[in-house]
Amino acid sequence: MKIHEYQAKEILSRYGVPVPRGKVAAGVDEAEAIARELGGACVVKAQIHAGGRGKGGGVKLVKSPQEARGAAQAILGMQLVTPQTGPAGQKVKRVLVEQGMAIARELYLGMLVDRARNALVVMASEAGGMEIEEVAAATPEKILKEYVDPAVGLRPFQTMRLAYGLHLPAESVRKASSFMLQLYRAFVDMDLSLAEINPLVLTKDGNLLALDAKVNFDDNALFRHPETKELRDLDEEDPREIEASKYGLSYIKLDGTVGCMVNGAGLAMATMDIIKHFGAEPANFLDVGGGASSETVANAFRIIISDERVKAVLINIFGGIVRCDRVAQGIIEALQKVQVEVPVVVRLEGTNATEAAKLLQESPLNFRVATGLSDAAQKVVAASA
Amino acid sequence: MSILVDATTKVVVQGITGREGSFHAGQCKEYGTRIVAGVSPGKRGTLEQGVPVFNTVRDAVTETGANTSLIFVPPAFAADAIMEAADAGVALIVCITEGIPTIDMVKAAEYVKRRRARLVGPNCPGVITPGAAKVGIMPGFIHRPGDVGIVSRSGTLTYEAVKQLSERGIGQSTCVGIGGDPIIGSTFRDIIALFQQDAATAAIVMIGEIGGSAEEEAAAFVKEHVTKPVVSFIAGQTAPPGRRMGHAGAIISGGKGTAAEKMAALKAAGIHVCPSPAEIGRTMATVLGRA
Repeated sequence: MKIHEYQAKEILSRYGVPVPRGKVAAGVDEAEAIARELGGACVVKAQIHAGGRGKGGGVKLVKSPQEARGAAQAILGMQLVTPQTGPAGQKVKRVLVEQGMAIARELYLGMLVDRARNALVVMASEAGGMEIEEVAAATPEKILKEYVDPAVGLRPFQTMRLAYGLHLPAESVRKASSFMLQLYRAFVDMDLSLAEINPLVLTKDGNLLALDAKVNFDDNALFRHPETKELRDLDEEDPREIEASKYGLSYIKLDGTVGCMVNGAGLAMATMDIIKHFGAEPANFLDVGGGASSETVANAFRIIISDERVKAVLINIFGGIVRCDRVAQGIIEALQKVQVEVPVVVRLEGTNATEAAKLLQESPLNFRVATGLSDAAQKVVAASA
Repeated sequence: MSILVDATTKVVVQGITGREGSFHAGQCKEYGTRIVAGVSPGKRGTLEQGVPVFNTVRDAVTETGANTSLIFVPPAFAADAIMEAADAGVALIVCITEGIPTIDMVKAAEYVKRRRARLVGPNCPGVITPGAAKVGIMPGFIHRPGDVGIVSRSGTLTYEAVKQLSERGIGQSTCVGIGGDPIIGSTFRDIIALFQQDAATAAIVMIGEIGGSAEEEAAAFVKEHVTKPVVSFIAGQTAPPGRRMGHAGAIISGGKGTAAEKMAALKAAGIHVCPSPAEIGRTMATVLGRA
């Protein structure tokens, strides 16, 4: 789960990670008042989940409360387009107003789980303010790494090693080390999947601050942090995906015309791939899970066909433990509950597949029954044309 | 011969009194697997699916000689269950549970390694040696004994590949679902190394997907150390970047982990890469000269 910068900074500062003074505002009056309270130069930053906000005009430096008001006026309500939002952009509903500061250097600090090493890794770099992927591709030697032994956690000698590696002035080394240890504490305590401070700034008076903060939560661990529910911003998500998540369905909207309903994530991706292979584009990813009951199928159908671009739907279920005739029964019941105007191709494989095909063919509904993955894909691609 | 499990494997099922645990313990038993014990705290002395239940894995191992564990414990407690099995001296731990917090898994995977046990999963269908032992949730009847080893990050997509092989009369030595999570106990590389050593395996199917770099690491290993033919399919060629495609591990991040990148690495290692998931069986038949 992603959250906004201002929320990330609130969490991090609870763990003692230094962040600039500032507050979030939903209106121009509020933004002006915050700037007045902070005094002096400020930064007004659009709060959307996507990165690259500065490039899209979502970050403005201001010298007075009046200017802060003007900046908030310009940013709030704008459809902010960044390299990460896609061409449609994302509507800005809040701005973060923060104190300005005298920056000596911009650094990078990131924590995440390294899959290949089965370990948490802390990455630091002197090349702050840039996309770390670009730094990694062009100059990998500029990224310092420390892997965390899960038995003992991140050790001070490791953070000191990183701090020295960043060539910080002597009086800032311990501050940087302690910054990293606090961030690590937040990471582990809050079950984060990513914490990225880019840039981490060294101010002219030798302090370290998280000028930006990106924090993602591990979805598998949200049950341990019920309070994080309130941090979720539904405006940042596709309404169909929100609806699907209510029923425990894993749905992702795509741009094609062939709706897919599949059991299992791997088979769902493979089904999308074979649709493309035969010349059409998938409209969605949807994993209905193991059971594929009538209720689940009905909900999945409602979500798929609410996308007006869908011209045909493919149901691809590999019934292993769950019997195909039961799944077929569920599909027939579901389609009696939900009005479906587009052609529906069904491919059921596994236990009692023959009985299932018979049930579908004999039903009053107009299914196109397929055998095998290729046949199913070809039929649905033809139906969508 | 086969890898990981065979007719002598003695299985303890952790979480055997839960709905899933009980059902699948029964299914495995029916397939012929030696399910010798179950574990469920507080249920010692009872029987589940005709299997004696113990409070702890240590008791189960001491009293039944179980050497393999099959885990159905809910996500909040699953990492602890994995560590308990490793501590009790279980050699092979197969964890089916989906949704275990990543930080828990980092600890559990390291713990298992230090105890010199082997973990398969989590978030996987398990391991089956057709005709000998089924230690997982896969439908047994689609498999048939034979000489093709399968290793996959997926569940139902693996069944699809198995079906395509079985239909052509090509059986399987062992099928291993390594799981769809970012942190897993056994990698493609680990399992492919076992298949390479296994006299009963003539060829290998590797089913990968977007996210991470395990397929690329396997490709490098295959190029250096594997003499047996490998056929592969990578799911997620149409997946958008930055989105988690059902599996927690299936995400293209920072432009890395795309299907195209993986397919190129596999091809460069001499692996037969299928562009379509419907071609896995046919490609293997051609490679083995059994088309």
